[in-house]
Amino acid sequence: MHNEDQPLIFEITSTGRIGYSLPEMDIPVTNLSDLIPEGFIREEEPNLPEVSELDIMRHYTALSKRNHGVDSGFYPLGSCTMKYNPKINEAVARYNGFAHIHPLQDESSVQGALELMYDLQQHLKEITGMDEVTLQPAAGAHGEWTGLMMIRAFHEANGDTKRTKVIVPDSAHGTNPASATVAGFETITVKSNDNGLVDLEDLKKVVGDDTAALMLTNPNTLGLFEENIVKMAEIVHGAGGKLYYDGANLNAVLSKARPGDMGFDVVHLNLHKTFTGPHGGGGPGSGPVGVKSDLIPYLPKPVIDKKDGRFVFDYDRPQSIGRVKPFYGNFGINVRAYTYIRSMGPDGLKAVTENAVLNANYMMRRLSEHYDLPFDRHCKHEFVLSGKRQKKLGVRTLDIAKRLLDFGYHPPTIYFPLNVEECIMIEPTETESKETLDSFIDAMIQIAKEAEENPEIVQEAPHTTVVGRMDEATAARKPILRYQKS
Amino acid sequence: MMKHRYLPLTESDKSSMLETIGVSSVDELFSDIPDKVRFNGEYKIKPASPEPTLAKELARMAGKNADLINYSSFLGAGVYDHYAPIIVDHVISRSEFYTAYTPYQPEISQGELQAIFEFQTMICELTGMEVANSSMYDGGTALAEAAMLSAGHTRKKKILISAAAHPEAKAVVRSYAKGQYIAVEEIPHTDGVTDLKALKEMMNGDVAGVIVQYPNFFGRLEPMTELEEIVHSEKSLFIVSSNPLALGALTPPGKFGADIVVGDAQPFGIPAAFGGPHCGYFAVTSKLMRKVPGRLVGQTKDDQGRRGFVLTLQAREQHIRRDKATSNICSNQALNALAASVAMTALGKKGVREMAAANIQKAHYAKKAFIEHGFEIAFDGPCFNEFVLKVNRPVKSINEELIDKGIIGGYDLGRDYPELEQHMLVAVTELRTKEEIDAFVEEMGDCHA
Repeated sequence: MHNEDQPLIFEITSTGRIGYSLPEMDIPVTNLSDLIPEGFIREEEPNLPEVSELDIMRHYTALSKRNHGVDSGFYPLGSCTMKYNPKINEAVARYNGFAHIHPLQDESSVQGALELMYDLQQHLKEITGMDEVTLQPAAGAHGEWTGLMMIRAFHEANGDTKRTKVIVPDSAHGTNPASATVAGFETITVKSNDNGLVDLEDLKKVVGDDTAALMLTNPNTLGLFEENIVKMAEIVHGAGGKLYYDGANLNAVLSKARPGDMGFDVVHLNLHKTFTGPHGGGGPGSGPVGVKSDLIPYLPKPVIDKKDGRFVFDYDRPQSIGRVKPFYGNFGINVRAYTYIRSMGPDGLKAVTENAVLNANYMMRRLSEHYDLPFDRHCKHEFVLSGKRQKKLGVRTLDIAKRLLDFGYHPPTIYFPLNVEECIMIEPTETESKETLDSFIDAMIQIAKEAEENPEIVQEAPHTTVVGRMDEATAARKPILRYQKS
Repeated sequence: MMKHRYLPLTESDKSSMLETIGVSSVDELFSDIPDKVRFNGEYKIKPASPEPTLAKELARMAGKNADLINYSSFLGAGVYDHYAPIIVDHVISRSEFYTAYTPYQPEISQGELQAIFEFQTMICELTGMEVANSSMYDGGTALAEAAMLSAGHTRKKKILISAAAHPEAKAVVRSYAKGQYIAVEEIPHTDGVTDLKALKEMMNGDVAGVIVQYPNFFGRLEPMTELEEIVHSEKSLFIVSSNPLALGALTPPGKFGADIVVGDAQPFGIPAAFGGPHCGYFAVTSKLMRKVPGRLVGQTKDDQGRRGFVLTLQAREQHIRRDKATSNICSNQALNALAASVAMTALGKKGVREMAAANIQKAHYAKKAFIEHGFEIAFDGPCFNEFVLKVNRPVKSINEELIDKGIIGGYDLGRDYPELEQHMLVAVTELRTKEEIDAFVEEMGDCHA
């Protein structure tokens, strides 16, 4: 990595230079003012760059070198499932018949696309233990909102209009309460107990005839399996509520436990996590939603169906919550996920979870001698440590994360979940080798030692990156959100 | 256990790891899953397929679809077949970009952060707005978020939306509005543009925001000046959904006084991909900056005074504010925003105008050719790259014949507008050659109403 400032593309522009090659105008051309009325023709040119094709490639190559991806190095970011993104997925998603088809073409001309979507739904139904799946939601949070809207429609259809509350554990992802709000619900928080699991007594207290649903990740964000899931389902269902499964952590339970068998009524999946659609630097993702049979009427429309050997879109869904997205979801990501599932097969997916859980437990055990382990029991795909011990030495979890950058690692998720002090949340995934885990563990042990012997080196980290710690306060106080020519 | 190229642990790795953990089998690690919910055995799904076998099988599946490379397409309706500079795919194929997560660690994410900062700038430039975010799922959900922003900002509970806005985007707005108990009313169109008289009658102090599309779903230009005056007369927000490519040649909504401008950057280097992923954009006046949904990148300095970029104003977002966040959106479409940035950069100041103008020229050429062949144009008037053709048969049946001639025909407006049965929405982009356009007109032959 270079330590010089990387100019903005706007700062390397030169009047008259071009980077495009448009088709020739092979028709008679008239003045734009003959076609477009006065007042509608743009007067000021947009200040876009003027650069050559090589300028573009050099610019973005330089930017890419200032970015860390899974292909660059280990990325144990908890709750994000940063596993390897297979290259066959990228190749298949770029096939002309997948990348270059229009969503509004006649069904007869896109049977291959519909077949893939239909078969992906069949696979996801089996994997989740649900009765039907929609591929329409664009991401996990979008899936959450879609699922909650279906739950709302279900209750309303039963005349059950007083169910205005959604229960969310204190360890839940922030999207859960935010999605509940957008779906028109009020959020109630249920506490975790000393074992890091949902407190059943507290759950009984907050559940009632106003409960629309309980949203749950299992295993939870601490990486712990909610052992009382059957009891919890009884409590929520007994009160007339629905059980919502946040599929963020599905990598932990493939072939081990299915949300549908645990009693969940709705589940969303993050295909960009468990099923290797790449994260793309923040998206696009894909967030399919699976439901049990009593919620099928409320699925977003259209629903893909198979009739007489042909695949069709069914728009005749009078109880549907409507559209949640134009067209049919993030098809390109769904193609990648389908390719992955077909690459792994049933035995492969089982091995995915077993190796992911083995990796996490191995790291947890080795690191527990050097960092506080708030919940000492088998974890699933991820685990949390606490930097409490180091904090007493003046080294905060943030410092540890920044110091890891010097070793070439992306740090774990930090300060989440909120119910663990100085939290460090590590998810290795199954695609990492023991050698990689051992090197990372060694780095963590060295940092723990540095915290005791030479805390400044940790407190002042990172030392090797292209920029140091950023002034985020000023960024928020005096926001500069775009380039302006000085 | 199965051997797989994505799974590196060997048997000897596993046994030494199990020993460290202090258990005798991997299965013990799952002992916390109660028997009652424990899944035993394997999923009943298709068996694992080797790489070359799967690549071939899926190539054949893809081959069953009529694609935009091998067919000449006159289908638009929100998704367009445009020139995508080949360099775009080379840039987004750099795995430092596509295998990265959200840039929460700025020290090792400056590349992504800077690319987004540049994207935000380009969207501001094209729309004529002051602030743009890092992107949304797509144009439809961006529009729904704009409606919610207007309701939250004005504390009013009614949205008016033009009948000439995209039907699927309208449907998404309605779904979101239901969640928030917001009423949505449709402003009728007259001759393919939003009916000003009707809007005036519908406007009152309860209206949070008014949504129009520019150019609209029928390809027409809306009376922006008049609309703005009516909308702001009741202190409602003026929300405009715009094809950003069109703004290379057309006066940007910001100039017309729009408060929120949204749309989809798909025309900039993003493949149709059967409807997604595309790339919504979201731009506002600086007054609304702190109400924006989703991620924003800001410029700042590091501890040594060097320029750098960070995610900022995060107090709006779900991971901080939880149930009080401005939206539940968590991801953005970073990789597609990158693709759009590369395309906008390649086109640049001159190319974006040239490409937009080429769309206008070719669409008008095609329209004229249809008229000369005896066709009638519905809602005739200045357009960007789409117009409405009256035909004498169901559009579906015409399209079924066209596909056999290697042509993907226009959109069947009867699907969304019962009064527009036998009306085809035709899109003509800069990629359609004179030869293709003439052949299309020829093949449409006796279909004129």
